[in-house]
Order: sequence, then C-alpha cells, then structure tokens
Amino acid sequence: MSTTTTGSAGKVKVAKPTVASHVSDYIGRVRGGDIGSLAAVLGLIVLTLIFGVARPDTFFSTLNFANLFAQGAAVVFIAMGLVFVLLLGEIDLSAGYTSGVAGAVMAVLLTTHGWAWPSAILVSLVTGLVIGFTLGFLVSKVGIPSFVVTLAAFLAFQGVLLVLLGGGTNISIQNEFVLSLANDNLSVFWSWVLAVVIIAGFAGAQLIRVRGRAARGLVHDPLGIVLGRIVGVAVIVLVATAILCQERAINPAINSLKGIPIVVPILVVFAVIWTFVLSRTTYGRHVYAVGGNAEAARRAGIPVDRIRISVFVIGSFMAAVGGIIAASRASSVDPRSGGSNVLLYAVAAAVIGGTSLFGGKGRIVDAILGGAVIAVIDNGMGLMNLSAGSKYIFTGVVLLLAAGVDALSRRRAAATGNR
Amino acid sequence: MAATPLLELRGIDKSFGPVQVLHDVGLSVYPGEVTALVGDNGAGKSTLVKCVSGIYSMDAGTVAFEGQQVAIHTPRDASALGIEVVYQDLALCDNLDIVQNMFLGREKTRGITLDEPTMEQMAGDTLASLSVRTVKSLRQLVASLSGGQRQTVAIAKAVLWNSRVVILDEPTAALGVAQTAQVLELVRRLADNGLGVVLISHNMNDVFAVSDRIAALYLGRTAAEVKATDVTHSQVVELITAGRSGNLGLPPEKTSDFVDITPPGDDR
Repeated sequence: MSTTTTGSAGKVKVAKPTVASHVSDYIGRVRGGDIGSLAAVLGLIVLTLIFGVARPDTFFSTLNFANLFAQGAAVVFIAMGLVFVLLLGEIDLSAGYTSGVAGAVMAVLLTTHGWAWPSAILVSLVTGLVIGFTLGFLVSKVGIPSFVVTLAAFLAFQGVLLVLLGGGTNISIQNEFVLSLANDNLSVFWSWVLAVVIIAGFAGAQLIRVRGRAARGLVHDPLGIVLGRIVGVAVIVLVATAILCQERAINPAINSLKGIPIVVPILVVFAVIWTFVLSRTTYGRHVYAVGGNAEAARRAGIPVDRIRISVFVIGSFMAAVGGIIAASRASSVDPRSGGSNVLLYAVAAAVIGGTSLFGGKGRIVDAILGGAVIAVIDNGMGLMNLSAGSKYIFTGVVLLLAAGVDALSRRRAAATGNR
Repeated sequence: MAATPLLELRGIDKSFGPVQVLHDVGLSVYPGEVTALVGDNGAGKSTLVKCVSGIYSMDAGTVAFEGQQVAIHTPRDASALGIEVVYQDLALCDNLDIVQNMFLGREKTRGITLDEPTMEQMAGDTLASLSVRTVKSLRQLVASLSGGQRQTVAIAKAVLWNSRVVILDEPTAALGVAQTAQVLELVRRLADNGLGVVLISHNMNDVFAVSDRIAALYLGRTAAEVKATDVTHSQVVELITAGRSGNLGLPPEKTSDFVDITPPGDDR
C-alpha cells in the first residue's frame, strides 16, 4: 500500500490514508508531543503489573476487580465535568466539595426530611447546576480568575457542608435505591446484554461514520484500523464482563456477588452523552474553539461568556453526580465527604488521561482512563498497607508527573508545530 | 471597471473620547478590483476596517453597498452583506482542523449533530476554487500549517460564504518571499473572481504588484484615492508620510490649523 494514492475531499486532492500511513501518522503525532491517552494506558499496564507482582492473591482477585469500579466511579464522574472546565483552560478547585454538598443535600432530604429518592436526587443535581452557574457567572461576567473563585468556593462549601450536617454529625442513608447505585450489581443476564449493547453501539457508530464518508467520496479511516478498534473494544468488554460475572463473594451461600456493578452502565451513559456533545454538536465544537483561541471564537460570533458559564454548570453538575455516587458507596455523608483527596484525584484523572491544563485539548474518555489509573493506585496502595501519608505523597507525585508530561508535550508540540 | 462601487464609504468620522481618529474619510471598493488601503501607523486604517466590519460604530458618515445605503452596527450585519475581514492575527484556532476553522461559528448541522461530510466537501470545493490543489488532509490541525497555508485557510474562510467584499489586513506581514508571492496571487485571484478586495499593506511592492486602486490615509483623513497606474512608487510614499505629493493629496497645512500649546508666560 502506498501513501501516494489520492482520494478527494470536495475537489481538493488529499493523500488517502492506509493502515500503514495511519500507524506512521500516529507514531509521528506521539513523537511530535501529542501523546493523548498513551501515558494513561501505559501507566495502567505498568501499575497493574507492579501491584499484581506485589500482591498477586488480592490484587488480581475478581472481588478486587469489581471494587475498582465502585472505588473509582465517583472520581471519574467529577473528572468528566472537569474535562469541560479544563478544555477552556479554567480550573474548578471546588469540584470536590461541590460533590460533598450535593451528597449532603440528598442525604439530608432523604434521611432527615424523609423525602422520596427521585425528588432528593433531583434537588441534589439542581444544587450542582446552581453552584456551577454561580461560579461561571463570577468567572465570565464579573471577571474574577477561576482559580480565585473556586478557591473561595472550596472553603465556603466546606462550611456549607458543616452547616447542612448540623455541625459535624454523620448522616446515614437507608434508601435502598440510592444505596444500590454504587453497591449492587446487574444480574448476569443483564450484564451480558449490556456488554453486547456497548459493543454493538460502538461498532455501529464507527461503521456508520465510515459508510457516510465513503458514500460522499470523502477519505475515511482505512477499514483495517476501524475493524481493529472494534475488535479491541469487543475483546476488552467481553473479558471484563466474563470476569465480573464470576462468583466473587467470600461466602456465596450467604450473599452471592456477581455481575457488572450498576455504576458501570451509569458511567457508560454519561460518557456517551458527553462524548457526543463534545465531538458531534455545535456546542462542543465551540467549547474547543473557545479553549483554543477565545479571541478567534469571539470574532466568529461564538458567545464566549455563555460557553464559559456552561462549562462550569456541566462541571458542577457532574460533581453532584459524583457526590451522589460517593454518598451511596459510603452509605452516609460526613463533613469530610468530597474533601481530602477527592478533588486532587479528579484533576489528576483528567490530566493523566491526556486532557491539557492549558485548554483546548481533552476528551471524556480521558477522565475514564485517568480515573482507572487513579483507582488502581489508590486500591493497590491500600492492599499493600501503605500509610495514608505515603498514599498522599505518591498520588501527589503522580499528578505532578502527569502535569509535567502535559507541559513538556505542549512545548514539544509547539516546537514541531503539532500541538 | 464597474460604474458603481460595490462598497462606498463617505464622510466617516470616528472619535475615541476626545481623540478624533477618522475625519471625513471616504473609500470606494469596486468589484473585480483590488483596492490598496495604505497609510502610516496610526493613520486610521485599522479603525476604518473595524467600522466597516461592525466592530466599532461610526460617529458620522454613510455606507453604500451596491448603491444602496446600509447600516452596519454589528459584525453580523457586515457578514450578512457579504463583507468579510481577514485579520492580521488570522483568528484561527490552533487546536481545530482546517474544516473546523473554516466553519467556525457557522457550522452546518443535520438535526442536532454536525454535518461533517457536507462541511468537508464545501471546504474542499472552496479551496479548489482558490486553486489550492493539495493539502495533506483537510483534517489537519491548523497548528501544523505553515504561515502561508494559514493565511490561505483564513482567506478561504472569508470567501466560503459567497462574500462580496474581502478586507485583508496585512496578509503578507509575517511571510517569507515565496509564501508572499503565493498569497498575493491568491489576492489577485479573488478580485478576478469578481469580488471587491481591500488590501491593507505597508509594503509598496505588494501594493503595486496586485492593486488597481490605491487609497492613502494620512492622520485620519483620506489623502488620495487614485488608480495604481497613475502614480509612482515615491508619490505613494509621499502621500503616506506627508499626506500630499505635488498636486495630489491634502492641501498644505495652515498655521491656523494648529493650536498653540506653548505654556502661557513662556515667551522666549
């Protein structure tokens, strides 16, 4: 296959990609500093090997594999929202406590006021929207740097959390639906249905895209690459499903544990929605544009201020979702909910996944991949009985490493004109 | 040369607070012609362009488009008339590809999703009409393009919308020799396609290479609007630096035009 064959895009001749050129393009991009999610994937493999060798019995158990999802989910939800904020080159330091406040609102309404779960969850999500709008308004209309606005909110929400919980009590959650969100599993049957739906959906989306472009005579990714992607996703999903459908309870006679955790389909739904919004809608295009060059976006007639407010709204909304999941997993809310390392983990997840702190570059899948790395680190170090102190130090170093890779790859990209 | 100008500005005044930047400025742009807008730094070229493109409002004066009087208050008014500006800093997003940049802010959609194939085809056709025959990929990020290629993308973005008047602000300022020649050729081709082109430039070689008419601004006033064939290189330079050249240009300054700013009592 040669790269000199041409296809057309309208009337302009462009090089037609082949499997070989596609691969060499990718290597070129990585060398040019556009490493995308490569760091996260490599990190995931290396960390899995390290912890697997150090604690082969516990780390590679099916129970632990399922635990990873439940442990990592809340951080991944918050990180998905942060991807939007980071895409504009802004930061939301209050995302952790926003999740705590949203979780507390839900817990107080459920337990103290005896509300039904739909209205409690709804109010909690609306709380996230209101917080996001307030932050976004202060940043874009008043013009306070997002760093300062959200740092102030970080402290203020800590106080709000204390007030909501009546000065530091622990509010437990008994509602079965809410508890099931982070703690229960799909039945084996529905687990396989979910796996098939995910694979079929992914394959369908890829193939429709190729066919649509081929029908118009436009260049498209070579079929080999597309099939490779589909097979890769299918293998990962099927293997994971097979593992999760094993019995993993220590004593199955008392309490059987098998199937995909319920948080997984919730994660998939949000990931699909936000990926669609970012890559296939005008709004998503405008988010990237404002993050890349706000002045160019303004001249193109894009309402930059409204876009800026909207990303904070999405960010805080997803933080609220994360807060609900975290409250469900802990089955209670206390004054430390959403505090300590939650924010750091979420930012680290997005950045490790390949979202740039400088804006304009990032995808939703980054939050998932980076979140997986963070979950493995947190889980593996827990299994190795490391002290809380060394866990914090290690996670801090990993975040610095990821941010360092981001900064260096950006410099390299600027030097090679690649970005 | 067409009888009626495509775009005609008359008596444009513009002040920023106490500073009047444009005094009674006029400019005519004819279809199929390149009109060079020249003037020294601070002569008011950029202000005039921003007034035409709706970024600044005019204090006084009229704008006629194809002989009809029109009002331009916002950038959208300007683009609705078919007036597009290619700014000096290009206003491209480095993190987006060629097609995404060309349609920025005016994306084609099908339902709620972006209609990428249609946009890619239109972008390809527009580039082809500008005789840009080969790019590696229309999905290449703008960051990876050379200066001349970026200028081409910016110009293609401006002509994508069946625009009638394209204003180019110093399109060759940051380019090398070969790329400058390429862009000037492109500018000429725009005019040959029947558009009215305004070329803002400091470079006399560029101006004489492509323009049919030259409008010189001097300290916010129109010094002269002449045909490029009627003037020499040095006459244009004099118009830019002094506002007049022989019998062309503004009348000589009278002492009464100047305010005495000597401090009172300082009679030396």
